[in-house]
Amino acid sequence: MPAESADEQPQITLYRLQACPYCERVVRRLHELDLDFQSRFVEPMHGDRDVVKRVAGVRAVPVIVDRKTGVTMAESANIVDYLDGTYGAATDGGEPAAATGGDA
Amino acid sequence: MVDFEVTDLPETDHVDVGEQAPDFERPLVNDEFWEDVALSDLTADGPVLLVFHPMDGAFPATYVWNEIRDREWRSEFDARVVGCSISSAYEHKDRIEDSAIDASLFSDPAADVAAAYGVENDLDGMAGVTEHRPAVYLIDGERVVQYAWVAEQWPDFPPYDEIEDELADL
Repeated sequence: MPAESADEQPQITLYRLQACPYCERVVRRLHELDLDFQSRFVEPMHGDRDVVKRVAGVRAVPVIVDRKTGVTMAESANIVDYLDGTYGAATDGGEPAAATGGDA
Repeated sequence: MVDFEVTDLPETDHVDVGEQAPDFERPLVNDEFWEDVALSDLTADGPVLLVFHPMDGAFPATYVWNEIRDREWRSEFDARVVGCSISSAYEHKDRIEDSAIDASLFSDPAADVAAAYGVENDLDGMAGVTEHRPAVYLIDGERVVQYAWVAEQWPDFPPYDEIEDELADL
């Protein structure tokens, strides 16, 4: 039996930290918008997050990389706004993005 | 190894050569992050050497990975080398960092993958803990098992030279 072909990779990658509320906020909106995404979990220690720094220029999470639009973005409030603007509207039940706060 | 009898592990009807390797998806940990990856994602790119090992921190896990690192299997051969144990992603990251392993490790805390392959090891003296017995599978791009070694004793270590011959034949 031939190997099953690997599932198509989701267009969106989310760099996240386990139990980080800013990350969970983005996850919630991704689910609300029914978007397929791949989670990459990184270290609690900022200094150990070189992969995030390489990808986004910062070590804070969440960060999303959207290959469909070519957008790489940090800051949960900005990400939520971006997702709403690109894939849906904030009016269909989701909470509006509050003012920016420090992400993790 | 020692001049007395080593503890035998119970016989197991494990996945063997010529069989389809059970597919699974688990967090795969590298030195920078972890993400869900299926075995079939890896075999889609070519052969995979799947190394089941005791929990990170146990000396056999350290010995096995130091040996694989020193033999440079990752760079010497055309197989992707990956590990699998019940340890958490955080423990795997430490294991990778401490031993300078350049392989990625699957995290399978409930040992479901061990059950699927028939390589479970119910640990004596650690109530409720089942882990993976030492086992090495060489799996081809069609996900068919080309080589299998499964520990029959506790402890037991992979026959590195034999595995190296298999890797060289790829």
